Amino acid sequence: MYPAPFRYHRAASIGEAIRQLSELGEGARPLAGGQSLLVWMKMRFGDFTDLVDIGRIPGLDAITHDAKAAQIGALATHARIARSPLAKLLPIVGDCANGIADNQVRSRGTIGGSLASGDPACDWPVLLTVLDATLHAQGPGGKRDLPVDGFVEDLYVTRLKPGELVTGISFAMPAKGSAGAYVGFKRCAPAYPTVSVGVQLSLQGEQCEDARIAIGAAGLTTIHARAAEAELKGKTLTPANVARAADAAVAECDPVEDQRGSIAFKNSIINALVKRGIEAAKRRCHGETVEVSHEYY
Amino acid sequence: MSTTEAIERVPIAVTVNGQLYRREVEPRLLLVQFLREELRLTGTHIGCDTTYCGACTVQLNGAPVKSCTVLAVQADGGEILSVEGLEKEGELHPLQKAFSEHHGLQCGYCTPGMLMSAHALLAANPQPSARDIRKAIQGNLCRCTGYQNIFKAIEAAATELRGDG
Repeated sequence: MYPAPFRYHRAASIGEAIRQLSELGEGARPLAGGQSLLVWMKMRFGDFTDLVDIGRIPGLDAITHDAKAAQIGALATHARIARSPLAKLLPIVGDCANGIADNQVRSRGTIGGSLASGDPACDWPVLLTVLDATLHAQGPGGKRDLPVDGFVEDLYVTRLKPGELVTGISFAMPAKGSAGAYVGFKRCAPAYPTVSVGVQLSLQGEQCEDARIAIGAAGLTTIHARAAEAELKGKTLTPANVARAADAAVAECDPVEDQRGSIAFKNSIINALVKRGIEAAKRRCHGETVEVSHEYY
Repeated sequence: MSTTEAIERVPIAVTVNGQLYRREVEPRLLLVQFLREELRLTGTHIGCDTTYCGACTVQLNGAPVKSCTVLAVQADGGEILSVEGLEKEGELHPLQKAFSEHHGLQCGYCTPGMLMSAHALLAANPQPSARDIRKAIQGNLCRCTGYQNIFKAIEAAATELRGDG
């Protein structure tokens, strides 16, 4: 299948890309790895007259961290993030990067593209909501920062303005005693998750000081499960409290029935994944090495 | 956009299996179509054409990619290894021999993609665990074999390539 005809432009810098996107107008889209955009275009979704290839802009793929914060450039691929020292230090980042699609897609797909696609089934928006990350954007009006939480406003709709690009993300490094886990449930590796759950906990012994929980593919946008978090904050992680959090998370979700399953089926998976995510995050908080991977039907 | 409007072709230079090719291509030409239709390298198969099945897997600068979801213009300046590049001087690659010996294929449609994913795995990890092998070909669907003989073939090729078989 061929995408519909379009004109191709290659940008050598962020400034040039923004200029081209602004000049070319509404039909222009930035092309990074193309693992979402090209799939759409082959299905003839959208009316894209021009692609501005940002994939070769130097320096936009850096992955760095220090004791305080981590930064990931928009062009960092899932594969490079999975192999990065950051993913070793924060296993939740590795859970997410390693669970995205398959080797081939991970070699090409980028974190910036995953965010800009506005797809509620994408993994990074969920993970980065859990880590309370900041998204860095740059456009004709200059640079601005906005929270990843709420960046996707509606199905395939983000808060990016015309001509604006995602240039990267950053987040504060979790404090000692804080750890997380990210789990997805899929039909097969290349598929988007049927649902996915990210959990970050801050524990003082068995007492939960803080919790962040987000759910993907369970509504039109990433769901930040605040009611589920409230069921854990300031409490001990007893099975009853964890079950209440999982029930609250299900109540906050709004999955649709589709070829991946009924609403009841998806709700039961969300419930199970929230519990599994909390368990893995708890054990990691206590210093255990816990292998977490996406599960298949 | 009106399809009657002339779209400028883009000059690209791509090295495929060690040979440099220069062509002018339509921006929408996919890498798999560039290989199959421009270069007549039809070993790379188009399966689902939707980034699922992995039949079209080739290596771009050493990394496995689904060539149905890469534009030829994105491969400009890059190095491609396709299944035709595995055989050397009439001698099958150890992976190809192992697939044959262990019945790692039936209809053969997925095989070029499987080989390219397996080749990338062994280049990065000469001693893969059973789990590593499974993870390496997660993005390659086979509807015939049930995968067991593919796992055996990759394991056998790894042993052969390490020279400790």
